[in-house]
Amino acid sequence: MLETDVCIIGAGPVGLFAVFELGLLRLKAYVMDTLPVVGGQLAEIYPKKPIYDIPGYPSILAGDLIDRLMEQIAPFQPGFGLGQKVVGLEAVEGGRWKVQSENGEVVLAGAVVIAGGLGCFEPRKPDLPGLAALEGRGVTYMIRDPEVFRGRRVVLAGGGDSALDWTLQLAEIAGDLTLVHRNSSFRGAPESAARVQALADAGRLRLLTSTALVSLEANAAGNLSSVTVQTQGQPAWSLEADDLIPLYGLTPQLGPIADWGLALDASAIQVQTDNFQTSVPGIFAIGDINTYPGKLKLILSGFHEAALMAHGAYRHIHGGAKPSFKYTTVTGVSGL
Amino acid sequence: MQEVQITVIDASGTAQELAFPTGMGLSLMEALKSAGYPVEAVCGGMALCATCRVEWQEGTVSEPTDAELDMLDTLPDQQPTSRLGCQIRLESLTDGQAILRLNPSKKD
Ligand SMILES: Cc1cc2nc3c(=O)[nH]c(=O)nc-3n(C[C@H](O)[C@H](O)[C@H](O)COP(=O)(O)OP(=O)(O)OC[C@H]3O[C@@H](n4cnc5c(N)ncnc54)[C@H](O)[C@@H]3O)c2cc1C
Ligand code: FES
Repeated sequence: MLETDVCIIGAGPVGLFAVFELGLLRLKAYVMDTLPVVGGQLAEIYPKKPIYDIPGYPSILAGDLIDRLMEQIAPFQPGFGLGQKVVGLEAVEGGRWKVQSENGEVVLAGAVVIAGGLGCFEPRKPDLPGLAALEGRGVTYMIRDPEVFRGRRVVLAGGGDSALDWTLQLAEIAGDLTLVHRNSSFRGAPESAARVQALADAGRLRLLTSTALVSLEANAAGNLSSVTVQTQGQPAWSLEADDLIPLYGLTPQLGPIADWGLALDASAIQVQTDNFQTSVPGIFAIGDINTYPGKLKLILSGFHEAALMAHGAYRHIHGGAKPSFKYTTVTGVSGL
Repeated sequence: MQEVQITVIDASGTAQELAFPTGMGLSLMEALKSAGYPVEAVCGGMALCATCRVEWQEGTVSEPTDAELDMLDTLPDQQPTSRLGCQIRLESLTDGQAILRLNPSKKD
């Protein structure tokens, strides 16, 4: 079991900056996110868009801001649990908290900071009967390690950049690869689309355009065995497959946060504005996930909230003791 | 003031006819939100999240832009009628009326 001073749920810009503010008070942080990468909305929705209201940056690309934050927090050596969806949060003895992920990772912390943004990024799922029963039994939505598909019969579905990129990567790895796309052509990334087409022409993969997923079949062991597809104007047929990877992007869902017994207001967590503590002492909420009078869902506001939260978390962990307030110009940034 | 009449069919199938003012540059997403429909509009109208998606049933409307088509193309259940509400200006409803369905596949 991992132990840390503060467990931060959510690796968006606000969760990342919280590492810095906690670090200044010599509190060690462990950051968890359901996504395999850091950056939250900035990484998942708009990495290539410029942001104009970050103080000191007349313009900065969302992806670059995340890189800078990672650089800024590096001295504090935060731990990261990426690809870990936090599902459980419970009080344990000693006023501490047990944070648990869906995959069974357990973190013991003196305080918890929820920086969950708009919620967990969850995959958009196709509407197929029996899909849920095959999740983890052949159906996967996020590729963490492409090597697990070595030699396997893989069907990818989707028409966006990530479907094309993964098709190119898996072409080297999978034993048999099919890309299913509902439309007749690919709109994004003409270069990747051309390379996928070239691999298809060379017989290295099966490219099924104007084709819909119809149903999934399982074998006696309950694992995916085939995917039934239908190309426009043709009869449906079954494609033998070990894996189906639907890649239709991600969308945020509040998810487990709603079940932790915190006072909510229209799916945002209520906080007090002197320390951004929730209705439960020791649990703090900052960034897009919280609400209070005058709340603005801005990165800038989340950064401010992180600073006040850090002082609140310090007091909580140190039995009410007030941290000494010092400027970074005076102390510099020394790692933990 | 000019108005458009929009019949909105929500996820439960209930239809409601609403009047919205034109000339203020409002998008359909903003209009639906202001009428109290649960439109998340995560990206604030940048054609990047598809949480403002509707199914267009009737009424003349502007053609989708490339950005809108790119986003719609990534969805698992795109229909020929699918549109992003944030990309539709109320002024572009040149019939002055429309019928649309809120995305029924949306959870919660
Ligand atoms: C298109 C667009 C443009 C924007 N432009 C601007 C702008 O110009 N200026 C500005 O200030 N703001 C802008 N914003 C808003 C800004 O992105 C948000 O305010 C910011 O991302 C909030 O950061 P956060 O860290 O609170 O949450 P997020 O960035 O939402 O990150 C939260 C993270 O928590 C994770 N998470 C949630 N629940 C769990 C759980 N149970 N277990 C594990 N992980 C979990 C999520 O997967 C996510 O990665 C924009 C937003 C969008 C979508
Ligand atoms: S509001 Fe995000 S796509 Fe329309």
